[in-house]
Amino acid sequence: MNNTTKITEPDLNTLLSGLQGGVDPAPVRFLDVDGNWDPSDSAAPFAASLEQVGLAEMQTWYTDMVVTRAFDRECTNLQRQGQMALWVPGIGQEGCQVGFAYAANPEDYIFPAYREHTVARARGVDLVDVGKLFRGARHSGWDPKDPKNGNFHIYTLVLGAQAQHAVGYSLAQLLDAKAAAGDTLLEPGEKGTPTGRATLVFYGDGTSSQGDANEALIFAASYQTPTLFIVQNNQWAISVPVQRQSRTPIYRRALGFGIPAVQIDGNDPLAAYAVAHTFLQAARQGGGPRYIEALTYRIGAHTTSDDPTRYRDDAEISRWQAADPIKRLAGYLRSKGVGDDFFAAADAVAAAEASRVRDSLLSVQVGHPDSIFAHVYAEEHPLIEEQRAWMAAYEASFEEHGK
Amino acid sequence: MTETVANVENMVLARVLNKALADAMEADSKVLLLGEDIGKLGGVFRVTDKLMERFGSARVLDTPLAEAGIVGNAIGLAMAGYRPVVEIQFDGFVYPAFNQIVSQLAKYRSRTQGAFTLPVVIRIPYGGHIGAVEHHQESVEAYFAHTAGLRVVAPSHPNDAYWMLRQAIEAPDPVIFLEPKAKYWMKGEVDFSKPAAGLYASRIARPGTDVTLVGWGAMTTTLLQAAQIAESEGTSCEVIDLRGLSPVDYEPVFASVRKTGRVVVAQEAPGNVSLGSELAATITEHCFYTLQAPVLRVSGYDTPFPVAMLESLYLPDADRVLEAVDRTMHY
Repeated sequence: MNNTTKITEPDLNTLLSGLQGGVDPAPVRFLDVDGNWDPSDSAAPFAASLEQVGLAEMQTWYTDMVVTRAFDRECTNLQRQGQMALWVPGIGQEGCQVGFAYAANPEDYIFPAYREHTVARARGVDLVDVGKLFRGARHSGWDPKDPKNGNFHIYTLVLGAQAQHAVGYSLAQLLDAKAAAGDTLLEPGEKGTPTGRATLVFYGDGTSSQGDANEALIFAASYQTPTLFIVQNNQWAISVPVQRQSRTPIYRRALGFGIPAVQIDGNDPLAAYAVAHTFLQAARQGGGPRYIEALTYRIGAHTTSDDPTRYRDDAEISRWQAADPIKRLAGYLRSKGVGDDFFAAADAVAAAEASRVRDSLLSVQVGHPDSIFAHVYAEEHPLIEEQRAWMAAYEASFEEHGK
Repeated sequence: MTETVANVENMVLARVLNKALADAMEADSKVLLLGEDIGKLGGVFRVTDKLMERFGSARVLDTPLAEAGIVGNAIGLAMAGYRPVVEIQFDGFVYPAFNQIVSQLAKYRSRTQGAFTLPVVIRIPYGGHIGAVEHHQESVEAYFAHTAGLRVVAPSHPNDAYWMLRQAIEAPDPVIFLEPKAKYWMKGEVDFSKPAAGLYASRIARPGTDVTLVGWGAMTTTLLQAAQIAESEGTSCEVIDLRGLSPVDYEPVFASVRKTGRVVVAQEAPGNVSLGSELAATITEHCFYTLQAPVLRVSGYDTPFPVAMLESLYLPDADRVLEAVDRTMHY
């Protein structure tokens, strides 16, 4: 932990009392859709977290956003050209993702779902490696244990499962801290333990209905783990609107589990950064889990196999395009005196990165056939060894006949 | 090498498992236990009796009542360097955790090209003979033996219970550890000085020459009874206790079949698409020319486990095994 911003976040009871009369506070935001400084009343408790963020850092955020978007478009193109098995666009969600990514410390650990390409980029993962999964070359393209990948875990495709893993991982952070302090007890109802590290987990409005996602909240609340749950409510679970998943704003569910939660404008990078930064500090200091619902929108299709024209209308998309997070941060940076040369340079970086990703993905070597067997077990397994040898001999028999 | 001095005690199987857990926790501070009611109660079968008192509630974790959560949290803990040993309270309660076991725990090593090895042990009291209500007497091995990335074992007596649990906890891969709950109160000698065999090695529980009987877990006792009765009627049965269900240590089975030419595989589980089916197919492939009769299976019926008052009709006993022995001898 390298900063000492005093925490003034609202506690659970304050958040619950805000709901009396059934009125939700306005989602936390600092910037309006054009990037003008216009904080909501609900933003006040989180404003201190922005004090340490300089303009240069926000320019980095901006570059990450435009790079990821260019990469995203390139991957869609590659899929349309038959070079990717599938692509999962994240266009429209870069704003909250970049804010969340930079709010985390390097020692924090991040469990994504499968659409967090901007977080991957911000944590140091090579976007080529993200592409490998969808090209069908790897089940996961990067090694989360390699320090260059910034404690960014692999994508999880059976959604919700990763929320349980994240709580288990943060439980380990808690138990490590207890062991270091000689504390052998973890009693029902006890207060949290300072850990100095936290775990973030991402999922969406659809996944919020999964049993795993709900069990994860129960375990996190029970053990007071240092977990930050981040729900990107992008309004659609493939073709099903969020109203099918929940009759209440999703963040309210977390309050019911005893976890402080707020709703933010998910297209405002500053709101994402400030709330996550404040909540992560609380979690690392033994405050237990926290929960953020980011209201955002999936501008593109769910995946390249999807046809969104079947279930949503153009007016809705236009409305959200007007709230584009890249446009919003650009407006803010311009208002602070950032000039055209920066934006042109960022676009050039994005174009170059998209081109590099394209070239690299097209030349990705398919794993050696032996990799089918190589990693199933850590210790030798006779059935695997027998089939590995059989396949090698079988494939080799064709080469002999071909001679 | 120094000669190991035998350190033998006569103990009940459930107590032996308790000692194995305690010894594993003493040996490695990263071993911790998760499960429902495993703390003050000591588990519904008392396998974790007094372990919370001894090691603290930060190493013996009573969990919320959610099996997917227990296994999912164990996976996260293992990713961060712990060696969780999970207790699923009863066999029929494991299904809520099925995705976490089959899609997550089992596949993590493959999905990450070997970056994550998850040394999680899932202990499941399995099988019948205790007259319990529904969902409390099932044999679940086929689901997990079918899944690449998992290892599945079942001890049949106290000495194996101790050593196989110690070995499972030390193993780098995820292990489904099936405890024959009908034998929790079985007493037997345990030699704490050294393991009798490797974790997956099959074992000749009784030598014989006419028919090979193959089983595992609680069924081993039934096969030994059948072999004794058969002997009095002039048929010599060799009993093989499989121990490892994935992988199966086939060589001792093949060697036995090449000697006897006749095999009966017995299991509590329903026979359709079962481990017994796999054994029958594999034995046939490898021992075709020495078989004097088809491999026969004695199984639970292909129905849900019946009400407790009818369980003795459902579970294969020595008589049903002997009926199959007669059939193979007279084929």
